[in-house]
Amino acid sequence: MRDPLSKRIVSIEPSGIRKFFDVVNEMKDAISLGVGEPDFDTPWFIRDEGIYSLERGRTFYTSNAGLKELKEEITVYLNRRFQLSYSPAKEVIVTVGGSEAIDIAMRAMLDPGDEVLIPEPCYVSYLPCAILANGTPVSIELKAENEFRLTAQEVLDAVTDKTKLLVLPFPNNPTGAVMERKDLEAIAKVVAEKDLYVISDEIYAELTYTEEGHVSFATLPGMRERTITINGFSKSYAMTGWRLGYACGPEEIIREMTKIHQYCIMCAPTTSQYAAVEALRRGDEEVEKMREEYNGRRRYLLHRFQEMGLPCFEPYGAFYVFPDIRKLKMTSEEFATKLLEQEKVAVVPGTAFGHSGEGFIRISYAYSLSNLKIALDRMEHFIKHESDR
Amino acid sequence: MREKILTFIEKNSRIDLKELAVMLGVDEESVVTTLQEMEEEHVICGYHTIIDWDKVGIEKVSAMIEVRVTPQRGMGFDKVAERIYNYPEVNSVYLISGGFDLMVTLEGKTLREVSQFVSEKLSTLDTVLSTKTNFILKKYKDHGTVIAEGEKDERQLVQP
Repeated sequence: MRDPLSKRIVSIEPSGIRKFFDVVNEMKDAISLGVGEPDFDTPWFIRDEGIYSLERGRTFYTSNAGLKELKEEITVYLNRRFQLSYSPAKEVIVTVGGSEAIDIAMRAMLDPGDEVLIPEPCYVSYLPCAILANGTPVSIELKAENEFRLTAQEVLDAVTDKTKLLVLPFPNNPTGAVMERKDLEAIAKVVAEKDLYVISDEIYAELTYTEEGHVSFATLPGMRERTITINGFSKSYAMTGWRLGYACGPEEIIREMTKIHQYCIMCAPTTSQYAAVEALRRGDEEVEKMREEYNGRRRYLLHRFQEMGLPCFEPYGAFYVFPDIRKLKMTSEEFATKLLEQEKVAVVPGTAFGHSGEGFIRISYAYSLSNLKIALDRMEHFIKHESDR
Repeated sequence: MREKILTFIEKNSRIDLKELAVMLGVDEESVVTTLQEMEEEHVICGYHTIIDWDKVGIEKVSAMIEVRVTPQRGMGFDKVAERIYNYPEVNSVYLISGGFDLMVTLEGKTLREVSQFVSEKLSTLDTVLSTKTNFILKKYKDHGTVIAEGEKDERQLVQP
């Protein structure tokens, strides 16, 4: 019999986050700090709108690129919050989560041999999506001393004449790093000079804790026509299970992305789209509340790390902290394994997000303060014990 | 800073002040001073506990009583309200717009105790025109807190 599988698919490695959490599920009293989704429920008024849309019998498909009202609200929202300006009719597509947007953006833009620059550590989907889209992923290893920000020099060092796309995953999962305006301006110069396109994955934009707030790459001069801006409802509105995201960008790219979406997906879930309209119209206050809560937890964790002598740069985005465990003289994976075995706390080794995550672990603060407290007490005990050895 | 402190302690007045300071990114001393100021100014009027008495097996009867009154000359409703809220069994008194004037909530040990209060104390006040007693059958949510069991983390394992 012939091999039923595609060689390309088989060559892609499964995600490395999994194995720890299989153990957590089995282990009694284990606490996980590994989850990458909000601990809040979707605000009630949004859920209520979803229910209402079902009661009204809105159970049909929507048009391929999404509900007209939703696309309009998305552009109004992006303008209000991040000064972006897009035309709802031609420059927006509503997708099944930000993940689909990443996939179809790459498929719409890459030809075989085109190189995609992916700064790591990062969310684990960019690399396989690039491969699935016939592209060649090229990793840029971000450095701890830059607080895991991407520098213009790093892009320049990685660019070849085959480079077409740069992924900008900020605020970043897993490091929590953000790019401030000055950081982005430096990148924009290289993008223009080297004639690159950018996928700016801004799914965590609302969870930015700097004074300046999130800066959207496409607002920089000359970058709008080179950028696909990806965002969604999962993180900011605690709507992960609704599977709803969107991409905005130049008309010709969005048109081709819509073509793929139309053949593979048809349209994003209708109930979710109706609920999302309400989220954008009335959600600012709830988002602010959640952001404040996350911010408090973030400060609490950093304070505890300081107390237990674990170095950690201050991350200003998302809901992750990325402490440096190198002084314990073990690999990220050893650290995570031992911490789970000895103290029953699960964290994700930094290496699950790329080689440059070695020496670091990802801790999510999408957990209640009381949970974080118990976990951090156990971690403190572990670190003390391991340093004394 | 006042608003931020109040937002945090409104839901959890027992929060450790050191932790609160850390979470707000300020020093502990200024949290303590601000709290003291707000207590003195009666911005913070008290710290209470939400109790599900059923769980301890102690029976309590609560009622919400709609009261129509004649406001008194020169004092409006305040004087009448005061006469009512001075009773320790009265939990709250609100001046209400609509079909009646005061909403009085009351807690007693038995049905009889509550009715006695209404018929002997409340209705007999000169200024009270009429009362309508609504007994509470079940509390679902109180002070922004859902009384039912705490929620479980139902997030599932997902990749990536």
